[in-house]
Amino acid sequence: MISNSLTVSREEFATGTGWDMKPEGACLGEICVPVPGGLIDGAVNVSVVAEKLGMPIVHDEEAGLWGIGSATFAGHALSSATAPELELPDWKGNTFQLSSLRGKKVVVISWAPY
Amino acid sequence: MWQAFRKEVFPKGLEVVTVGMDTLGFESCVPFIEAAQPEHPSLIDVNHVMAERFGVVNIPNGIWINEEGVIVRPAEPAYPPGGAAGRGALPDELPQRMKDIFTEAMKISNDRTLYAQALYDWVENGDKSRFVLSPDEVVNRSAQRDTSSARAAAHFALAQHLWNDGHRDAAIRHFRECHRLQPENISYKRQAWSLIAPPEAGPFTRFWQGPGDGAENDWPFESDWLSEIREMGPENYYPEFKP
Repeated sequence: MISNSLTVSREEFATGTGWDMKPEGACLGEICVPVPGGLIDGAVNVSVVAEKLGMPIVHDEEAGLWGIGSATFAGHALSSATAPELELPDWKGNTFQLSSLRGKKVVVISWAPY
Repeated sequence: MWQAFRKEVFPKGLEVVTVGMDTLGFESCVPFIEAAQPEHPSLIDVNHVMAERFGVVNIPNGIWINEEGVIVRPAEPAYPPGGAAGRGALPDELPQRMKDIFTEAMKISNDRTLYAQALYDWVENGDKSRFVLSPDEVVNRSAQRDTSSARAAAHFALAQHLWNDGHRDAAIRHFRECHRLQPENISYKRQAWSLIAPPEAGPFTRFWQGPGDGAENDWPFESDWLSEIREMGPENYYPEFKP
């Protein structure tokens, strides 16, 4: 995800990274990692959480933006087999959540027009 | 082609979700989606969230998720049943580079038949299918994630944002760094290559993915699609399907 601040709302962090900050820590599916100091007054301290989850932060000074990389603590793209939430717009602009298909088998196909 | 498969298997409890991964987003994906008229969810992924969240490093790619929301096969090359790679003669009027690209693309190995068999087996047998993997195997087969590849994702996020914001040179710097850090991520490379094309690319702007004739010095990336596939060998472009 990218941000112009290293303090972001819980919702923004969850949408951008998949990790939801809860009282017990940073949670993705069934995994929760305690992150003391990660949530202050309802806002996510990105530096603290990123260090705990092994997310590299890249700063583009000229643009005034930070790029926050993927979590590395599991050593794999998936930390567990529980499907992470995926929230993206559909082609008509409506927000779609992968979890809305719970109860069905789902095959998610990635493609590109290039 | 996924729409035809979906029509067949939806009554048996399988839903298809397609995700178009492209920095250019709606503008470039929607014409293809409109042509397919999908009845299934068809999503647009400008930021390559699929790479960050699921480890998708090339396309086309598929992930299987069961009724409980558990991944039973992680990201791997995926093909629609009944679809076949083109093997016809190339039109004479094609530019030479496009002929070369199609020639190499036709040599890419992929086992479409076995993938289709696996999909149908899963539809019929669910978690008892021999193609369903254990949770540990799913995690182990998902893409390796080290600091380098995670840092590549951060550079990619900046690159795509800066590109769409009109900061071409800054975007290219981040794309280059992203490619250096995660060379195995073909999607990150194809994405960047597809954004720049010489005038002679004409209608093949997104597929040219390399320098114009005699303009090699103007090409801002370390490699290009044709050089890359010739170096790696088309037989290695996609990993083999492992039951």
